[in-house]
Amino acid sequence: MHEFSLVMSMLDLAEKAARADGARRISAIHLEIGALAGVVPEALEFAFEGARVGTMAEHARLEVTYLPAIAYCATCQSEFELDNRFGIAVCPSCDAPSADLRQGRELQLAHLEVEE
Amino acid sequence: MSGPTEPTTPVATDARGSAPAEPQRVPAAGTAASTRDVRVSPHGTAATPGARVVQVQKSLMVHNDGVAATNREAFRHSLVLNVVSSPGSGKTALLERTVRDLDGSLSVAVVVGDLETDNDAERLHAAGAPSVQIVTGTVCHLEAEMVARAVDQLDLDGLDVLVIENVGNLVCPAAWDLGEDLRVTMLSVTEGEDKPLKYPRIFKDADAVVINKIDIAEVVGFDRGRALDAVRKVAPGARLFELSARTGEGVGDWLDYLRERRRLKASAMAAAATDAS
Repeated sequence: MHEFSLVMSMLDLAEKAARADGARRISAIHLEIGALAGVVPEALEFAFEGARVGTMAEHARLEVTYLPAIAYCATCQSEFELDNRFGIAVCPSCDAPSADLRQGRELQLAHLEVEE
Repeated sequence: MSGPTEPTTPVATDARGSAPAEPQRVPAAGTAASTRDVRVSPHGTAATPGARVVQVQKSLMVHNDGVAATNREAFRHSLVLNVVSSPGSGKTALLERTVRDLDGSLSVAVVVGDLETDNDAERLHAAGAPSVQIVTGTVCHLEAEMVARAVDQLDLDGLDVLVIENVGNLVCPAAWDLGEDLRVTMLSVTEGEDKPLKYPRIFKDADAVVINKIDIAEVVGFDRGRALDAVRKVAPGARLFELSARTGEGVGDWLDYLRERRRLKASAMAAAATDAS
């Protein structure tokens, strides 16, 4: 349940950003989460349900954009999207395995919707 | 749990599109904010009437990563490992073996995280390493701040190797940088050869993968070829060690690796110090 730690961090960042913008209420929180970030959506939702009480985001929607995992092939000098959920990055053009993951680890607070 | 509530289910949207309608500038409701340049997300406008969009674009790990950077600075004279595995793979056993077999040729200290008890720290202390136990209570992973507090109890001066033994868990510790130089992911032969496929992130980020308990591989029907194949697929860049912490088989290569990495870090730090002066 590391999702609880993530949600606490998310709420902290969100409240700071909302206050800095002069808002009093957060109506939506938009996250970007990489396919290999190790986050379970249901656990995230569960943690959010508990943690948001008493915060500016008490009535906020939580919206998550899942980003596909993308690796870089040094031989072909090009990026490719992983075609599996196992973190196996094999270049579709030349079959070389890649250890260079360019996207997929993200745990990003992208933006908020706020109100006065 | 009553009364009208807004939907809270995370809404999965496609990263490559699905921006509703054309983005437009969202009018700020308050005068204080109205002079501000409110940028509109590429994913769309504020869906809530009267709301405006505030860009944040910050990692949820920003606080942890800041503390990890401070740790890394404090750790500049030591090689620091972050050892992760499932419970029971033999992290503590490998560290006991490592401390005993190094026999003082490198000084080693250990920070060990567990949900409860200080049994592991006592084992490591008995093996000859100064050890600090972090009891995490309900927290399933170590965070940089916990490590920062723990190392306050250690003398880092002249310490060759600091080992951080993470909580036994192959999922949660993955995202938390502790300030380590090397991430070491362990599995043992009793766990199933496809473990790297089941827990890709923690294997993908590994600098070294250790397969432990090879002394009982045959008895438990361990398919070595399949396991190595899975490790190689998920973590093609990781150094691989096959060993038995119990019998000591294969541990020599592991110790050589630690010595080598310790030497590389020391010379990198010396070079940086020369450049700076």
